[in-house]
Amino acid sequence: MIKSYKLQRTIADVVIYVFLAVLGIIWVSPLIWLVFHSFRAEGGVTVPYVFPKEYTLDNYKLLFTNTDTFDYPRWFLNTFVVAVFSCIISTLSVLMVSYTFSRLRFKSRKMFINIGMVLGMFPGFMTMIALYYLLKAMNLTQTLPALVICYSAGAGLGFAISKGFFDTIPRALDEAATIDGATRNQIFWKIILPMSKPILVYTILTAFIGPWCDFILVKIIMGDKRENYTVAVGLQKMVDREYKQAYFKQFLSGSVLVAIPITILFLKMQNYYVEGVTAGGVKG
Amino acid sequence: MTFIEYKSLTPSQQFAYKMKEFFASIPVGLKGFFGGLLKGLKNLGVKFVEGLKGYGSRFSLGDMSTKISYVVMGFGNFTRGQVGKGLAFLAAEIFYILFMVNFGLIYLDKFDTLGNVQSHQEINEVTGRPMMVPGDNSMLILLYGTLAILITFVFIGVYVANTASAYEAEQTHKAGKKNLTLKEELVDFLDGKYHVTLLSLPVLLISVFTILPLVFMILIAFTNYDRAHVPPGNLFTWVGLQTFRDVFKVSEGASKGYTFMELTKWTIVWAIFATFSNYIIGMILALMINKKSIKFKTLWRTLFVITIAVPQFVSLLLMQQILQDDGVLNVIRGYMGLPAISYFNSTALVARVTVIVINMWVGVPYTILQTSGILMNIPEDLYESARIDGATPVVQFFQITLPYMLFVTTPYLIQTFVGNINNFNVIYLLTNGGPNKDEKLYQAGQTDLLVTWLFKLTMDSNDYNTAAAVGILVFIVCATLSLITFNMSKSSRNEEEFS
Repeated sequence: MIKSYKLQRTIADVVIYVFLAVLGIIWVSPLIWLVFHSFRAEGGVTVPYVFPKEYTLDNYKLLFTNTDTFDYPRWFLNTFVVAVFSCIISTLSVLMVSYTFSRLRFKSRKMFINIGMVLGMFPGFMTMIALYYLLKAMNLTQTLPALVICYSAGAGLGFAISKGFFDTIPRALDEAATIDGATRNQIFWKIILPMSKPILVYTILTAFIGPWCDFILVKIIMGDKRENYTVAVGLQKMVDREYKQAYFKQFLSGSVLVAIPITILFLKMQNYYVEGVTAGGVKG
Repeated sequence: MTFIEYKSLTPSQQFAYKMKEFFASIPVGLKGFFGGLLKGLKNLGVKFVEGLKGYGSRFSLGDMSTKISYVVMGFGNFTRGQVGKGLAFLAAEIFYILFMVNFGLIYLDKFDTLGNVQSHQEINEVTGRPMMVPGDNSMLILLYGTLAILITFVFIGVYVANTASAYEAEQTHKAGKKNLTLKEELVDFLDGKYHVTLLSLPVLLISVFTILPLVFMILIAFTNYDRAHVPPGNLFTWVGLQTFRDVFKVSEGASKGYTFMELTKWTIVWAIFATFSNYIIGMILALMINKKSIKFKTLWRTLFVITIAVPQFVSLLLMQQILQDDGVLNVIRGYMGLPAISYFNSTALVARVTVIVINMWVGVPYTILQTSGILMNIPEDLYESARIDGATPVVQFFQITLPYMLFVTTPYLIQTFVGNINNFNVIYLLTNGGPNKDEKLYQAGQTDLLVTWLFKLTMDSNDYNTAAAVGILVFIVCATLSLITFNMSKSSRNEEEFS
């Protein structure tokens, strides 16, 4: 009886292993296909077989040398610059707003929180057209600062997660610090922030990754000004019907190059997210 | 009802209970939404009246210099030794007047009609040749008019604050105390008024780049700003609720009403399938990975999670290429002797099933991440007693795991549902709305969601008013659902409970 129970369990485990393995392969196979074909030497858009016949580094080299139509290095730099600046501004806004809502008590605090929540429910691109004309009035369309503004201006609305984190830090800490004569400003910088590393890193990484992934806004703001594109829009342009035949393989290699750093950052961010949110914060 | 009570019901009763709970919460959600809206407006009104009351009484009670600051802002503070503060108020007043005279009033003047001079040709008297004379630009009038109104509201706030400040300075002075100097006042912004310091920059940014465009777009829904009325060549004007009537009116041929109906149906079907397929499969996978006897847990988890780590536009564009008519998936089907399938261009059904399946590839890893923790918290004795009763893993899943998870994660599910209603990327990058076989659809394909239709209406066909109206309707649905979530999770998530 016991033996058969053990056997049953082993069989169940084997079934699960097989299932996970098969599904896992299906899951990553498109990405593996992407990596392999980014080294493909022959053919244009598609080839009638699964693995490439010849491998080469040319696709990667061309990305950096053949920059007349598509200036990939420039796009990469653009995205990096935009990401750094909007990351700084959005991180500051998010932390400031969430700290205020979590730790400070003032008149109409509830009202501000509610307004923030309602604003977050509108579909994002509803505002894009108006945003475009607003930026145009400021003479900022087709420039990189416009992107920084768009990515970071609304960031304060994403206060929910870090507010939840700050809520878990015992208020007794604030009170003790106040008795010792610390101002709220000092409490924020010297007590709360040093205790909030997980959520700090999480916020920074989210803000940094954002500009690498967005393409709608860039498309609207940049129009046909290709030298100010970000990587996402540029790569999308490469698979437009008119360019696809010539640039498809470069699209693949370009995708690999942008995916690697973002993937690493994302996996890091997940760790901090788990640490910051599910672990229940800092123990007092 | 606790989980144990809930479990003691028969399955049909459980289902009825869940359904009842959901539908019972819809009116509550709707009531909450509109009630909240009304309450918010009422609160604003009350505050406004209170502000006015103080405004009037301060004027009659205050002395001369307080009265003067009702006209010359900051005068009261200035005469009581608060030079910096007084000058700041004065600067605000001067800025506002200059702004309104040079800019705001020009646009506000035409706000009621949104302009009445159309650009037209005129014979130039000097050269004798016809020349284009630019007319009013309705769009700019609306945008800057809205800006002027918002700035006016802010200014009224500053103005009332100025009178309060002047009166307070007077009272302090009369009591024989010294008013705070500028430096002391600034120091207070780091402690007592720290919330003002922290919030001012984000609030400013959000007001200009989120609230202003939002108000603008909401107003657009009440105008006839469509492809036939595009500035600067043409004017548009207020039409009241006409746009909303168009969106709900079904007529012969390609119409907005028919499109709205069809896309709403598909959006709901999509949201249901996309939500539940991800939820159930993600949960099964999470259970398998977290089973005690399974080894290499990190490997399995990384294998699945890596697909969401890759930027979504990369993975979706990649999938789109793989699923092309001559893409690699059809090549593999060829090896296996199967006919090629046109995933995106044959029928609506094929395309719809395809996007739902691809969405699983994108979304299941999220569920794995989100549910792993909760799954570990299911009381182990439930499973133990089930095993003793001889329940198979499948029965255990449907009788214990699924009901428990549904019980605990309903808010998460509703949130995902809302997210899927707004799931722009998957549809836009995979099918871009296609196939476009239904002639009666207006500017939309058969896999278009309401949000992608909204995008196409603004980008491709310049039907801004319809797009804005659709956006408002989507907002109402999402806000109602979110409020239901909020009410459900309110009891379990008290923000003060940790302190």
